Amino acid sequence: MSRPDKFIVDGKRLDGRLPDQLRPIKIEVDVLKRADGSCYIEMGKNKVVAAVYGPREAFPRHIQDPSKVVVRYRYNMAPFSVEERKRPGPDRRSVEISKVSKEAFETIIMKELFPRSVVDIFVEVLQADAGSRTACINAASVALVDAGIPVKGMLTSVAVAKVDGTLVLDPMKEEDNFGDADMPFAFLIRGGKIESIALLQMDGRMTKAEIKDAIALAKKGAMEIYNLQREAIMKQFVEEEE
Amino acid sequence: MRKIVLPGDLISTNPKVAGYGTYVEGDKVYAKIIGIFEQADNSIRVIPLKGKYSPSVGDTIIGIVREVASNGWNVDINSPYQAFLPLGENPETKPGKKLNDVLDIGDAIIAKVLSIDPRMRVTISMKDKICRAIRFGRIVAINPARVPRVIGKKGSMIKLIKSELEVQIVVGQNGLIWLNGDRRKVAIAEEVVYLIEEGAHTEGLTDRVGEFIRRRKDVQT
Repeated sequence: MSRPDKFIVDGKRLDGRLPDQLRPIKIEVDVLKRADGSCYIEMGKNKVVAAVYGPREAFPRHIQDPSKVVVRYRYNMAPFSVEERKRPGPDRRSVEISKVSKEAFETIIMKELFPRSVVDIFVEVLQADAGSRTACINAASVALVDAGIPVKGMLTSVAVAKVDGTLVLDPMKEEDNFGDADMPFAFLIRGGKIESIALLQMDGRMTKAEIKDAIALAKKGAMEIYNLQREAIMKQFVEEEE
Repeated sequence: MRKIVLPGDLISTNPKVAGYGTYVEGDKVYAKIIGIFEQADNSIRVIPLKGKYSPSVGDTIIGIVREVASNGWNVDINSPYQAFLPLGENPETKPGKKLNDVLDIGDAIIAKVLSIDPRMRVTISMKDKICRAIRFGRIVAINPARVPRVIGKKGSMIKLIKSELEVQIVVGQNGLIWLNGDRRKVAIAEEVVYLIEEGAHTEGLTDRVGEFIRRRKDVQT
């Protein structure tokens, strides 16, 4: 893959999307029988499976917290998820993503309800194409609700990038690799509204005005994703009714 | 159709009515779990559709002995926490009788939750007339969130199963259900329990279950 000369031609991006358009999203709930809650998501070419276990007894015992539940989050990429084989196992990048995602989820899980126990969230990237951490957070959030764990609301995550001086929503690989800036968000959505930002990262440079615009753009995208997440969870109950 | 709510859904602006499955922040009441929204006269609650069993005092539960200690037994009660059954809370213990002979690892018991301390250490007791060690019959496991439907309104569903099938049935709040009686009838009862679990969020379940039992009995006779 080489750097494209122009990212936006005639107002359209390399894959034909408008700057404020998401990639196609597909969400399936309860895909793993063993897990307490699970979710499979496709965001463009990203393919991610999330599994949630718990609350369950925390082992080894020294990680137990007598006052609240411990949250564990594991982000992992399959060796075949990228063009060049990724060495299996945790690396600097995946440890970092796990940490920031865990901290985002710790803000929404009602931790005091289950002292001495642990909630395990596993996300496995099967195919990566930029913004896999956002896909993972979306999947994990749905899986968490599916597991029946008490949470304040739902997390919805989306990234905004800057290419050729234009802000674009939900960047794909070329825009992510060769763009000027990249900013993943995760929002807590409650009562049908965006309440707060649970995760925010950035690499590259943006001006203050651009960041303001990026937040607005991300909020718009997040609401679209939130509706899809909702729909996916509701779907399993509607089908059974028939 | 009954309304299903997701965590974070705004369900009321009156904090006084907040019931099970909800939380209050500011002046607003939100759902905290996925479940069915139910409105009573002066309270609202969310009946969970999924989730683990969280013990509360007085619950009847079915547990499996995991460990024999010197002063009692550690019992798996299908929840994030193991329960402890002290020696004195089991009426079957007699001086001179070994603990392993009273209850051994793997034995199933019907017990009641005696107390829970703030660190969620659960103590259970067998000093109740429905409590016993289970030596026969069949144990069926379902999602604990669906237990209320298996019991039904004021025990209507259990009564129906008992009268139609003449089986003994004890429903543990933790999602384990003990069935005992004629083997063929227990098999039907097991199917019924799974049927209830699957359709827990639908209406008219009692009627459908009644019909199902009669149909299955006709096939067998």
